[in-house]
Amino acid sequence: MAPLVEVEDLHVDFATPTGPVAAVRGVSLTVEAGECVAVVGESGSGKSVTARTLVGLAGPTARVRAARLALGGRDVRGLRPRQWRRVRGRLAGLVVQDALGSLDPLRTVGAEIGEVLATHGIVGRAERAGRAVRLLDQVHVPEPARRARQHPHQLSGGLRQRALIATAIAAEPALLIADEPTTALDVTVQAQILALLAERRDAGQSLLLISHDLAVVGRLADRVLVMRDGEIVEQGPTARLLSAPAHPYTRQLLAAVPSASSRGRRLAEPPRLREHCGVPVLSRPPLPARPPVDPGDAVLVAAGLTKRYGTHTVVRDVSLTVARGETLGLVGESGSGKSTVARIVAGLLAPDGGEVTFERAPWTGVAERARRPRRRRLQVISQDPLSSFDPRYPVGRVVAENLEPGGDRADRRERVVELLRRVGLGPDLLDRHPRGLSGGQRQRLAIARALAPRPSLIVCDEPVSALDVSVQAQILDLLAELRAADGTALLFISHDLGVVHHLADRVLVMRDGAVVEQGPVGDVFSYPRHEYTRALVDALPALVTAGRP
Amino acid sequence: MAGSPLRPVLRRVGSGLVVLWAAATAAYLALLAAPGDTVDAIVGEGADTPQIRADIVAEWGLDRPAVVQYLDYLGRLVTGDLGRSYLLQRPVAEVIGEQLAPTLALALAAAGLGVLLAVTVAIGTAGDRRPWLRRASSGAELLLVSTPSFLIGIVLLSVLSFRFGLFPVAGAHGFGSLVLPAVTLALPIAGLLAQVLRDGLDRALDEPFVLTARARGVRERVVLLRHALRHASLPAVTLAGWLFGILLGGAVIVEQVFGRPGLGQVTLAAVTAKDMPVVLAVVTLSAAVYVAVNTAADLTYLLVDPRLRRS
Repeated sequence: MAPLVEVEDLHVDFATPTGPVAAVRGVSLTVEAGECVAVVGESGSGKSVTARTLVGLAGPTARVRAARLALGGRDVRGLRPRQWRRVRGRLAGLVVQDALGSLDPLRTVGAEIGEVLATHGIVGRAERAGRAVRLLDQVHVPEPARRARQHPHQLSGGLRQRALIATAIAAEPALLIADEPTTALDVTVQAQILALLAERRDAGQSLLLISHDLAVVGRLADRVLVMRDGEIVEQGPTARLLSAPAHPYTRQLLAAVPSASSRGRRLAEPPRLREHCGVPVLSRPPLPARPPVDPGDAVLVAAGLTKRYGTHTVVRDVSLTVARGETLGLVGESGSGKSTVARIVAGLLAPDGGEVTFERAPWTGVAERARRPRRRRLQVISQDPLSSFDPRYPVGRVVAENLEPGGDRADRRERVVELLRRVGLGPDLLDRHPRGLSGGQRQRLAIARALAPRPSLIVCDEPVSALDVSVQAQILDLLAELRAADGTALLFISHDLGVVHHLADRVLVMRDGAVVEQGPVGDVFSYPRHEYTRALVDALPALVTAGRP
Repeated sequence: MAGSPLRPVLRRVGSGLVVLWAAATAAYLALLAAPGDTVDAIVGEGADTPQIRADIVAEWGLDRPAVVQYLDYLGRLVTGDLGRSYLLQRPVAEVIGEQLAPTLALALAAAGLGVLLAVTVAIGTAGDRRPWLRRASSGAELLLVSTPSFLIGIVLLSVLSFRFGLFPVAGAHGFGSLVLPAVTLALPIAGLLAQVLRDGLDRALDEPFVLTARARGVRERVVLLRHALRHASLPAVTLAGWLFGILLGGAVIVEQVFGRPGLGQVTLAAVTAKDMPVVLAVVTLSAAVYVAVNTAADLTYLLVDPRLRRS
C-alpha cells in the first residue's frame, strides 16, 4: 500500500516585493498509515509551511513545486479549489496553536464542529448537534452537551485545544496535522493533550506533528525530521535521533533543552558528543562560576501577601525571601497567582494584606514619592518585551532612559553601547526600532534596559516562554552569565519546570494563589512531597535519552 | 449574566432619556438666543397692529418668564404635545405626521440600498483574489464619500431624468420617484460602509480561525459569509449612528433637489421662518431616533459578539 503522505523534493517560494524567498528547499518525507512523524525546527525553518502545503493552504503568494506531492495515493499538485476542499478536513485535518484564535470566537463550539460535518455531508442536519457532542466526548471534554453550546472564550485553554482537535477529526480524516498543538499550554494540560494525540495514534490515525520542542515530540513520534532553513538536516527513528544525534544542529537543539542535567552548563553553545561507558552523551560547556549565596543576606522579603479581586482571592498568604545574588524560581500554572505576586513584588500592585521589604526598607505601604528613587534597584523583564517598549523609541533610547542620571551625551552613549554589547547586541542597532528586531533580540534589549541602573533584583515574569527552544537557550545563558558577573538576584517566574530547574537555586510552587511547596530546586523536583508538585513533574515531557553533561 | 439580562437594556434606555432631554433643552436655548422676535415670527406676513401683537403675546403666554415657558414646553413634551406651528397655525404633530411618511420611505430605502451595496462590494473585493477590482472599487468609494450628495443628485437627475426620461423629475408619487433620491442618498453611505466592511473582512481573513475553517474544506464564500462577515460587521454597526446623521442631513438636501415633500422641506421652511415649535419638534424627534438607533446598535453588538455578554 502506498504511504498516506508522499512528499518528494518539495520547494515552496513566497513572492515578496524584493523577489521570491525560499521557505522550503527540497524537502522529502513520507507518513505511513498509523505512523506518527514529527518535524522539528525553529521559527522560520519552514516546518509550518511544509505542513500547510499538504492541505494547499501555504498562502496566496506561495509557489509550490515538487517531484511528488500525494495524499492517500492521490497527486495533489495542481488541484483545483473544489478538489482541495474535498481533501481538507476529509483526508487531512489541521490543528494549530492557540485555539482561542483558531476557533471562531463568535460561534459556539458545537457550531464549529457541525460545520465540518455539514461541509463533508457526514451526517444529516438533524443528527449534527448530537454528533458534535459525541465528538467532544471522544476527545474527553467533560459535560460535552453543555460545552457544545458554549463559545470559545468560556472554555479553558486545554478544553479549547480539545474542541479544536474534535473539529479536525470530525470528518474522520486518515491524517491529523498538528502544528505546535501544545505550545502556550500549561505542562499538565500539555501532557493531557499529548496523551489525547497518542490515543488517536494508537487508534490507527496517522499524525504529522510540527513543533519547535524536541522534548514534546519525543513522547509521541515514531520518526523525527529536523528542519533548518527550509531543509531537512537529519531524520531517523525517535529513539536513535534523541540518543545519538548525528548532525551538529540536532545536537545543538537537544543541548538547548533546559533540565536538571543542564544546571551550571551552557545551553546554546555547540555541545560535544562524548562516549561515556559506551553510551554517547552530549557534553555541554560549563557556565562561569558564581560566588556563594549567603541565605542570611536578604535583598527582598515578602511576608503574608494576600490579594483579592471582589470575593475572589488570587493570592493567599504568600511569603518569600530572595537573598543577595540568589535566583528564586516561582512555578505554577495559569491562574496560580504567580504573576500577581510578581506585580506586588515589583511595586506595581498594592497587596490587600502582608508586606514587602526591599533592601531592608519597607517597599509596600509607602508613598510612591519615597519609593520612586529606589525603583531603579528593582527591575522587571516581562514575557512580551515589545509591548513594554515605547513604540516610538529607537533601541538606544530604550536603554538610555533607564540609565543612572549623570554624564554627558557621549558618556551616556558609551554606557548604552556597553550595555548592548553585554547582552550581545551590536552598536549598529542603536537607531533601529524594537519592532524590527527578532524575538530573541527584543528580549536581549529588555535585559539591557533592566541592567542599566545596576539593580540588585530583577523580577523575570515568564521571560523565555514565548521563545523557541534555541533562542530560549541563548537568553538563559545570558541571564546566567550576567548574574554571575554582577551578583544580581533574580525572581524567576515560569510555568516551565525545566527552565526553573536549570536556572534557579530555590523554588516555590504555587497553586490557586497559595504556596504548596518550597525548597532547594533539586530537592523539590527530585523528591516532590506535595501531590501537585508531583503531578507537575510527571507531566514534564523529559528528554531522558540525551543531554547529560 | 443570568442575574438580569435586562439590566444593560435599562441602562441604555435611561441614558437615552438623558440625551433626549439635553437635545430638547439645547435646541430651546439655541432658538431663544437666536436674533429676531417671536411675535414677528407669528405675525409673519399678516396684519400687524399693536392690538394684534398684544393678543398674540397673551394667547401664546409670551409674557411669562423664560424659565416658566421652558418648563411649560418640557411638560407638554413629556405628555406628547408638540405645540402649534406659528407659521401654519396647526398642531405640530399633525404637520410632522403628514411629512413623516415620505421621509421615512426615502431614509429606509436609502439605508437598505446603502447596506446592500456596501456588503456586496465589500464581499466581492475583500482579500487578495481580484486586486484590480479592489483598487477600482476603493477609488470609486473614495469619490462617492467625498462628493456632496446634491451633486450626485443633480448628475443623476440630468442624465437619467432629463436626458433619458427614465424617472420622474420631481414629486413623491409611486416607486419610480423614490429611486433617484434613494440612490443619491445611498451612494455616500455605501462608499464609507464598504470601506469599513472590507477593512474588517481583511482583518478577519488574517485570523487563525479562518485558516482552520479553510482547513475543514469550507468554501471561500462560506468562509466570508459565515465567519468573516460577522467580525467585519462589528465596526460597521458602530457606524449606525453616523449613518443616521448622514441620512437626516442628506434628506434635507435631497428632498430640496428632487422637489420631494418631507421633513427636510418642513424643517427648512420652519428654520427660515423661525417657526419655533416645528424646529423644536424636529430636533427632538431626530434626537429620539438617534438614541433609538444607537441603543439598537449597542444591543446588536451584544447579539453579535458573545464575548461582550459576560459583564
